[in-house]
Amino acid sequence: MATESLILLVLLFPLLGGIINGIVGKNLSESLIGIIGTAMVAIPFIISFSIFLSLDKAIQIPLFTLIQMSKFSLNAGLQVDGLAIWMTMIITGIGTLIHIFSMGYMKGDSGFHKFFAYLNLFVFSMLILVLGSSFFMLFFGWEGVGICSYLLIGFHYNDKEKGMLNTLAARKAFVMNRIGDLGLLIACFLLIGKFGSLEFTEIAIKMKTIPIGMDSLAIISITLCLFLAATGKSAQIPLFTWLPDAMAGPTPVSALIHAATMVTAGIYLVVRSNFLFELAPYTQHIILYIGLATSLVAAFIAMRQNDIKKVLAYSTVSQLGLMFVALGLGSYSVAIFHVTTHAFFKALLFLGSGSIILANHHEQNITKMGGLKKYMPTTHMVFLIGTLAIAGFPFLSGFFSKDEILAAGFGHGPIIFGLLILSASLTAIYMFRMYFLVFFGEFRGDNHTRDHLHESPAVMTIPLIVLAILSIFGGALNFPSFMIESGSHWLDDFLSHSTFGLSAVHPHHLDTTIAVGIMIGTSLLTLTIIGISYIIYVTKKKTTKEESEFIGWEKLSTKKLYFDELYHSLFVKPIEWKSLNVLPFIENGILYKIISILTAFVVSSGNQIRKIQSGILSSYYFWMIIGIVGLIGYYLIYFKFWNS
Amino acid sequence: MAGQLATIQGLTVDYYFILSTVLFSIGAIGLLTRKNMIVMLMCIELMLNSVNLLLVAFSSYFGTGDAQIFVFFIVVVAAAEATVGLSILIMAYRNNRNIEADLLNNLKG
Repeated sequence: MATESLILLVLLFPLLGGIINGIVGKNLSESLIGIIGTAMVAIPFIISFSIFLSLDKAIQIPLFTLIQMSKFSLNAGLQVDGLAIWMTMIITGIGTLIHIFSMGYMKGDSGFHKFFAYLNLFVFSMLILVLGSSFFMLFFGWEGVGICSYLLIGFHYNDKEKGMLNTLAARKAFVMNRIGDLGLLIACFLLIGKFGSLEFTEIAIKMKTIPIGMDSLAIISITLCLFLAATGKSAQIPLFTWLPDAMAGPTPVSALIHAATMVTAGIYLVVRSNFLFELAPYTQHIILYIGLATSLVAAFIAMRQNDIKKVLAYSTVSQLGLMFVALGLGSYSVAIFHVTTHAFFKALLFLGSGSIILANHHEQNITKMGGLKKYMPTTHMVFLIGTLAIAGFPFLSGFFSKDEILAAGFGHGPIIFGLLILSASLTAIYMFRMYFLVFFGEFRGDNHTRDHLHESPAVMTIPLIVLAILSIFGGALNFPSFMIESGSHWLDDFLSHSTFGLSAVHPHHLDTTIAVGIMIGTSLLTLTIIGISYIIYVTKKKTTKEESEFIGWEKLSTKKLYFDELYHSLFVKPIEWKSLNVLPFIENGILYKIISILTAFVVSSGNQIRKIQSGILSSYYFWMIIGIVGLIGYYLIYFKFWNS
Repeated sequence: MAGQLATIQGLTVDYYFILSTVLFSIGAIGLLTRKNMIVMLMCIELMLNSVNLLLVAFSSYFGTGDAQIFVFFIVVVAAAEATVGLSILIMAYRNNRNIEADLLNNLKG
């Protein structure tokens, strides 16, 4: 079959799965629901893999026209190129594994069918996002993943203890994302105003005919609005506080949506519109600094979080910050490389934590864990691999992708490079603090939980093992050129070969000696940190304190640098004050008065007018005659004086 | 033909016109002033027939026959209409034991 129809199948299957599970899922058995949900993501993965193998150039697939105006038409269409198909494979591939895992994790949940329906719909929206041929399609998918994220964060909204918190977290994520979405909408309008189109290729072509200067106001405002959208979805400063709260959702959701796929939509958006960003070095600088700041702030906060998922959430924010650093430096394919490896190891870590949480009777506090190594050998193994990969242990996937970002940053001054190294080291520190606290030492929970500690079933461990293998070998996608003779930078080549605009951007390659130097330096740093962490947490058996007992910088970290409190007093409080003090005056004093005058007028005029409806037949007849005589008289006079 | 009036059986069309107007006015005023529904129905018939008369008179005046045929149809329809009107009246009488039109004022606002 031709690619055109195959790609439609890729979109159709998850939608179909969502509809089936959403409508008739209530009456199906859990295993059937799970198999349908998983198959509807697994089949698109196979299809997209076959497309990936045969893809040689970008393909446009127009579908239908939504709005037709004289000068502007809004079309729904798809576009398959290297970037799109690569993202599709990540989404469906990781999605399949997480669906399988969910079959075990969500077992016995009353909303089992609903969960799989939402997940399928999420995959559908995300595929629209990456496969759309225009900013409009992207926006459609963007909103789709937003609503699915909202539904899944608040999935256990009727939970007895945490129901309210889950709902609030979902609402926070939704509201925060709205701010970013506004940026995307404004960017769309600006693009229509400037180029008269939202199609990626059309804009790219028109950029050659319409002269648009470097750093002109138009291009800066467009790119800044696009970046605002990216900060919302990808949880960057200033809109990052929703992501850690989004961990209220079930753990597979955190793995799929809030680590591997949806939060990378912002990075995809920037890479997709790279031809715009290349014209705006000013915006690129902003992206670089925001990314760097986010990466450091999030890493700092992650240092003293005691909730296992919160640590991973802040680590996600930190890694996303690193990806934005790569984007700010113009290394688009490097950012996608880190997206890919991050999807592998972060999905692994989240699913691993899901396995741990399930074994601990939904206890997420790491002060209540410890010594899980002997109870959960498989989970321990894969979690160790994930931790090593994210920390940048030599020759694992994270090592290569993070190294490329460091190499890209090397040319931009010692301060940026130093801060990048700092961020990477902080990653290793907080990840190994968590790892040692969870798996080593004595179990610190209650006896009842200890008696029930167990390894998760195969349906959960098999996806973990697959992800662990990917996390180990994921670096092979983009080997640096000095390590192997041929086939180096495969992902760079693949992406720039068939993605518009990327071929124009040449990745910055360092001298071999410097590159090897950076690699060896970071490896030694990571190994040192692991060693020190081992001494602190295993040899000296140091355990962490409760969150309320922290003081000094630790308190600052555990309180998330007071970002929530800051936003609360900056935005929520003033609005609350306004609602309580100003609005009653306007409402009672002005609006209510106007409305009551209006209603009084309507009532009194109605009372007057209804007297006409007397019920007396001859009075109706009398008015009828008056009317007829009046009309005849009018026409007689009219014809007499005006027509003759 | 201006100035010269054609006659119908020795009378000019003016007389028919005046008669018809007088009949129509009687009907209209009767409908206004009387409360008995039978009388009101009769007044309506009177108005209708005055118009019929005018139609026939003008038809004859212009020397065409189609309006005269038309009037036959109107008479038939008016007969059917009078039947309906009378039967409504009977029902009203059964309900109210009275045929005063002003008693039927349930739609008063």
